[in-house]
Amino acid sequence: MNKLGLPEDQIARARNLAVRIIKPVMDFIDGHTTVAVERASLRLAGADGADSDGVPVPNIVVDQLKDRLEGGALRWYINALLRTGLTPDGLNAQIADGLKIKDFPLSDPQAVETKAAQITAQYLARIETNRLHRETKLEQFKDKNHSPLLYVIVATGNIYEDIKQARAAAEQGADVIAVIRTTAQSLLDYVPYGATTQGFGGTYATQENFRIMRVALDEVSEARQRYIYLTNYASGLCMPEIAAMGALERLDMMLNDSMYGILFRDINMYRTFVDQKFSRMINAFAGIIINTGEDNYLTTSDAVEKAHTVLASQFLNERFALEAGLSPKQMGLGHAFEMDPEIENGFLLELAQAQMAREIFPQAPLKYMPPTKFMTGDIFKGIAQNTLFNFVSKFTNQGIHLLGMLTEAIHTPHMQDRALALDNAKYVMNNMADLGDEIIFKPDGVIIRRTHHVLSETLDFMESIARTGLMECMEQGAFADIKRPRDMGKGLDGLVKKGDDYWNPIEAELKIRLGGA
Amino acid sequence: MLIRSYGDTLDDGAVQLSFTLPVPCDTKGREAARLYVEKLGFYHVDIAHSHALADGFSFYVAYGKTGASVDYSQIHAEEATGEKLYSMQESCDIIRGRLGRKVVIVGACTGFDAHTVGIDAIMNMKGYNHHYGLERYSEVEAHNLGAQVPNEKLIDYAIKVKADAILISQIVTQKDVHIQNLTEFIELLQSRGLREKFIVCIGGSRISNKLAVELGFDAGFGQGTYAEHVATFVIDSIIIANHNYE
Repeated sequence: MNKLGLPEDQIARARNLAVRIIKPVMDFIDGHTTVAVERASLRLAGADGADSDGVPVPNIVVDQLKDRLEGGALRWYINALLRTGLTPDGLNAQIADGLKIKDFPLSDPQAVETKAAQITAQYLARIETNRLHRETKLEQFKDKNHSPLLYVIVATGNIYEDIKQARAAAEQGADVIAVIRTTAQSLLDYVPYGATTQGFGGTYATQENFRIMRVALDEVSEARQRYIYLTNYASGLCMPEIAAMGALERLDMMLNDSMYGILFRDINMYRTFVDQKFSRMINAFAGIIINTGEDNYLTTSDAVEKAHTVLASQFLNERFALEAGLSPKQMGLGHAFEMDPEIENGFLLELAQAQMAREIFPQAPLKYMPPTKFMTGDIFKGIAQNTLFNFVSKFTNQGIHLLGMLTEAIHTPHMQDRALALDNAKYVMNNMADLGDEIIFKPDGVIIRRTHHVLSETLDFMESIARTGLMECMEQGAFADIKRPRDMGKGLDGLVKKGDDYWNPIEAELKIRLGGA
Repeated sequence: MLIRSYGDTLDDGAVQLSFTLPVPCDTKGREAARLYVEKLGFYHVDIAHSHALADGFSFYVAYGKTGASVDYSQIHAEEATGEKLYSMQESCDIIRGRLGRKVVIVGACTGFDAHTVGIDAIMNMKGYNHHYGLERYSEVEAHNLGAQVPNEKLIDYAIKVKADAILISQIVTQKDVHIQNLTEFIELLQSRGLREKFIVCIGGSRISNKLAVELGFDAGFGQGTYAEHVATFVIDSIIIANHNYE
């Protein structure tokens, strides 16, 4: 229901500005690949495993081909499959043992094409099966999930301990389990292999960890007749690879922002822009819901003053997502309840921001993040803050609700912290379930005026980005007050300009299946 | 002077506890919880609430009384800054008057720590909770290097900008990862013969001045720290150091 009377023409203008802002970036993206895009493509053609030092096979292959990457890595991997007559598993084992696939002379191009078509079809079929399985289960367990989806994090560092925590949370009512990554992983330029039991502040994202957790959550789903979504992080230097692994193991959501890595992890902007496109194409095809990271802006900037940067970023994330073939229903655009609790009427401003996002992005399963910056260690006040957050989320019909923990700012959640958070959310959201439908806002009141003001500031901000250029703006600190020069940051050496002979049958097939994204 | 926790009567020793036990939530679980709280040293134990968390896990809210006490007159817990605190204006006046040059402060979250809330609260222009950050200080040249800065790089940067002080923020303390990282920093500084060249401070929600000094830092700042606390400590340290050289 539309309560704010936001001018349609202004919203349309913001979307047009987003198209203009993104255009030059998309041109850049289309002309480039990265080591991570090539590794992700290899994974979707069967490359997997690691050598005795733990170096993953996709990294070994890309390293072998580092002076030929402008043509793409897949030609050589497919060629090696043809030359050896091995299955991908067999070839991976030999590569891990030191086989140099770059030494094989290229086969007949037609034979390479045919083999590529066969391999591509095989792996994309697996992803399609995953997608269908999810859709079937969601249909079978219809109306069993909460609305918004209740999302909790597990972060023990040990995948087997994570499973205990995740099962407990799911049994207590969580709809979404995110396995937070170890604090170092976003800056690794490879994805570790196998099950892992040691991480700091989180657990390594590996394909095996994905698989183990998926099995555990499927068991709970069946037992409780409620589909439990599994979430991980397609972000950092391995953004597209993690998307590929998540697609193969039927993850349901991925943190996947177009600019987060640049701003908050100091990853090079060219690298991130190219990586996010391919990772989002994979997510789009896999039916994975992305979660964007606008909430992070508000942990460094002021939530009242910088509300317009959140909305602008949501418009940009939406545009980047559309360019990659994601449907609006897969766009968990992010925002957060991060205003200073001492502000008089701060609650009204939070409500305004959440309602505005709801009305501007009516189909998006908005990802609403809890208070973190102003959580103090006073767990009792923390519960009160989280209660207000729960109220706003239900009232404004958010899509994905990340539960606030009373022990935020103290430690990663204990089992009871999650249970108490779930109890709080279930209580609030049940007790006031339809309140939002009962209430309309005063036409010239604080809430309506605030949203019109933020939208108009957003337009001014986006006009200035369109004039200056997105990359230039990021160099000048337009988002989150963080400045990122374009030729600095991690991962720049992994950027490769595509040659005329660039060949990537996975990307090509994804484009076709996504309708020419 | 012996003290103990206060409920509604002096010296009643009332304490509230909440915890999880890895057993089912039933009569036996509640009795286990009661005995457990007794074993912790409490008497008049009341299990006020219990509920099941998951298969084989149960949650309890308990109240109890304790006879334990501490001698308040024997407590030693000094803050890095003591009673005196300079406002932003006072800090800038002192720097201008006593030093006649800007104070250079470099800050970062080091190691793999990606959480910049702490260092941002101290350094960013806006500061936190209506306390301006060091970037706002006209007489301070503040460099906030952000997250996941390697120790080596932080030291190199501090040398490059001729820093007076280095601030390190550590938020992630799971499995004591911050201790390893902070120890490595100090060892690196010492091995390069630079320990005396900088005032080195650490901060974070789980950091105390006591811990900092134990690890070989000059000061540690925990909960409730604002830029004023850090600036006061740094300025006083520089003035004392300068005095020694004069």
